Amino acid sequence: MIWLRHSISSPSASADTLMLWLLRAAAGVAASLVLLILFFLVAESWPLLMRDLPITHFVTDSSWHPDEGAYNLAPMLSGTLYAAGGALLLAMPLGIASALFITYYAPPRGADAYRRLVELLAGIPSVVYGFWGLTTLVPLINQLQPPGSSLLAGILVLTLMVLPTITLTAHAALVAVPGDYLRGAFALGMSRWAMVRGVALPAARMGIVAGAILAAGRAVGETMAVLMVTGNVVQHAGGLFDPERTLAANIALEMPYAVSDHRAALFVSGLTLMLLVMLLWSAAARMGRG
Amino acid sequence: MREISHVEIMSSGHARGDRMVQWVVYFAAILVSAAFVWIVWDLVRGGIGHLSWTFLVESSRDAGRAGGIGAVLVSTVLVLLIALAVALPLGWATGALLAEYVPAAGGLGHTVRYSLQVLAAVPSIVFGLFGNIFFCVYLGLGFSILSGGLTLACMLLPILVSTAEAGLRAVPGAHRLSATALGMSRTATLWHVLLPAAAPALVAGLLLGIGRAMAETAALLFTSGYVDRMPDSLLDSGRTLAVHIFDLSMNVPGGDAPAYASALVLIAALLLINVLAMRFAAGWQRGKMVTV
Amino acid sequence: MKFAVAAALVFAAGFAWLPAGEAAPQKLVLSGASTMAPVAGEIARRFESRYRGTRIDVQSGGSSRGINDVRNGLAAIGMVSRVLKPQEKDLQAHAIAWDGVGVILHASNPVAVLSRQQISGIYTGKIANWKDVGGTDSPITVVNKAEGRSTLELFLRYLGLKASDIRPHVIIGDNSQGIKTVAGNSNAIGYVSIGAAEYEAKHRVPIKLLPLEGVAATVANVRNGTFLLSRPLNLVTGTAPKGLVREFIEFARSEHVDDLVEAQYFVPVSIR
Repeated sequence: MIWLRHSISSPSASADTLMLWLLRAAAGVAASLVLLILFFLVAESWPLLMRDLPITHFVTDSSWHPDEGAYNLAPMLSGTLYAAGGALLLAMPLGIASALFITYYAPPRGADAYRRLVELLAGIPSVVYGFWGLTTLVPLINQLQPPGSSLLAGILVLTLMVLPTITLTAHAALVAVPGDYLRGAFALGMSRWAMVRGVALPAARMGIVAGAILAAGRAVGETMAVLMVTGNVVQHAGGLFDPERTLAANIALEMPYAVSDHRAALFVSGLTLMLLVMLLWSAAARMGRG
Repeated sequence: MREISHVEIMSSGHARGDRMVQWVVYFAAILVSAAFVWIVWDLVRGGIGHLSWTFLVESSRDAGRAGGIGAVLVSTVLVLLIALAVALPLGWATGALLAEYVPAAGGLGHTVRYSLQVLAAVPSIVFGLFGNIFFCVYLGLGFSILSGGLTLACMLLPILVSTAEAGLRAVPGAHRLSATALGMSRTATLWHVLLPAAAPALVAGLLLGIGRAMAETAALLFTSGYVDRMPDSLLDSGRTLAVHIFDLSMNVPGGDAPAYASALVLIAALLLINVLAMRFAAGWQRGKMVTV
Repeated sequence: MKFAVAAALVFAAGFAWLPAGEAAPQKLVLSGASTMAPVAGEIARRFESRYRGTRIDVQSGGSSRGINDVRNGLAAIGMVSRVLKPQEKDLQAHAIAWDGVGVILHASNPVAVLSRQQISGIYTGKIANWKDVGGTDSPITVVNKAEGRSTLELFLRYLGLKASDIRPHVIIGDNSQGIKTVAGNSNAIGYVSIGAAEYEAKHRVPIKLLPLEGVAATVANVRNGTFLLSRPLNLVTGTAPKGLVREFIEFARSEHVDDLVEAQYFVPVSIR
């Protein structure tokens, strides 16, 4: 550490300039990554995108039969939205209730323990969720109604996976509600629920919604867990017990052996997925600012 | 602000409704806890019998049904090290630039921050596609630990940048003023004052990164590949622990027991890294501040 | 800062390691059919132990992937579990073994035989309950392979169907995934490589192979040519093989590996 002290005592402008350029270079690399990813996705999809115009054939083809040159992504788009939407529908009330539990309802020690538990839930890898769903949930659902691998299994697994995101962001938003609001409400003699519903939740609304959109992004992009439990049949699911396939699962399932046009079609899936998530993210960013 | 004036709410504040809501909230918490216990119980019950020292050190045989996860662990660590070796300098440098060198709302800062936020939202399977075409095919690295590590590095960048930036911003301005008063250069200030002071945030980001990298499967399927042998070099294909669990549970009849055991190992490793790094972070910061 | 230094050191060490790793063993990459990956892996292991200083990596995917990887140079040898198509005549095929494709059910399923019409009816959704083909009153779970797999192509050609005619409930990739799915669902029907199915059945996985047109789905019947749904397992190269590639292919076609091929329930080329 001696040589370091020496460098402290002799400040030099050129070292600072060099440092600044180094940092700028690093930031430049980091910033250009998104463009690089988009470029390669588009470049790999291009032959297929441009060959069969108009592009709408990706939603009007008979179905997804790469061997027969039919590349309809619509069933997988609906599959993605059903699974993510269903998971949000379940995870939102559960997550917000969990956040309320931690913030207002639980005894201090209970709140702490429960928060740890939710954080642990967030730390379980998606492949482990998928594995658990495959070995526990799917056989259970199979007893209710075969084949078991279904939209429902996907929704349940995704719910567990996005629940921590919703809980932790909602908790952060609730904690950030100024204490004065709550004290004021308390002074007015409001009951706890009235305080939560009338004061805390409205004040934390933006944070909660932004968290929900982040969770939606995660649910839409989730691959392995969904791939393992939804059965991966390309169809518009008619009910909770029907199998279906998501865009992300489509890539992971077929990429190992896809070639030429088929492979390009998978890159189109990836591009679609990326655009979908970017759309969600812009919504979240707008919420965050608003 | 408008909601606060809705005082009519209090008129509906009955004790009975209050009690009911409390039950609902408690029920939700119990439900989530039960799901957690269910998952962990299933994993422990399924895997504990298969866990042993030989399981941890041996290479897998018979598609993973027999043998252990020694080679898989080595590949996992190598992929992780490459990802961190690339992403840490890049991420922390970018974080330092954003926090210390460019104005928050300026052109460069804004562009970099925007693209990193988009990067954070990219699904991991898309990183997998990108890694496959860019590192494996375009750069000619093939299915290799190097390709996998570099792909993961791209994925980790946003986490590392945002935690580093937040950590540096949280360092009190007085530190910078004192350093300037002592005649330290900006570089020296960054190196000896700001980075050590922001160490807890940096380590927190590192933790998040390691956690995400170890848990990752989709980005590695088409970059580091499936080969479950001991790698000889970084250009060999190597299967990580998460990919191993995926393969055992999806593709190997009779592979459930080793898959459960591998899942236990993965979760235990994630917990352990968390605890150790937190300790280390505290010690590092103390030591550094004393020398400066 | 210690982190940065440590990271830089690791990185430097990594690169120092690279050339060493590259220079030492002669490396050969095989990629393609998942049906062939296990047997190719075993052959590779024996080849490595005979020819010191070589390393053979086997990447599993599908037959069309093997063809593609050979064409663009990602792999030196492709594994293709079918005969080459007319548009693939730029490549050279070297058969190392024969395999069949068989229909599998859960071991507890009382159905013992299905005609070609019945199988076709089940896969097109016209027959949806096992009681219509002499089984118990329970809905059939149809397990199909994802497109791009040669097992699917062979099976479809046998039934005279198109991929879009199939009404599946579960779609799987590898043979082993199909076996695992059928083994875990007593009402499922699937079709996989006979080699893979016999291997798993002998390892006490609860599945059974159905006979086709009165011919039992066994290695013996693939060997004597009476089983209809059979196919060659090919190693494919872009040009005439030379050097290490040639040594490996000759080794894989020789009688030195017959026991390995038979252990995976395939028929060695040197015998048939």
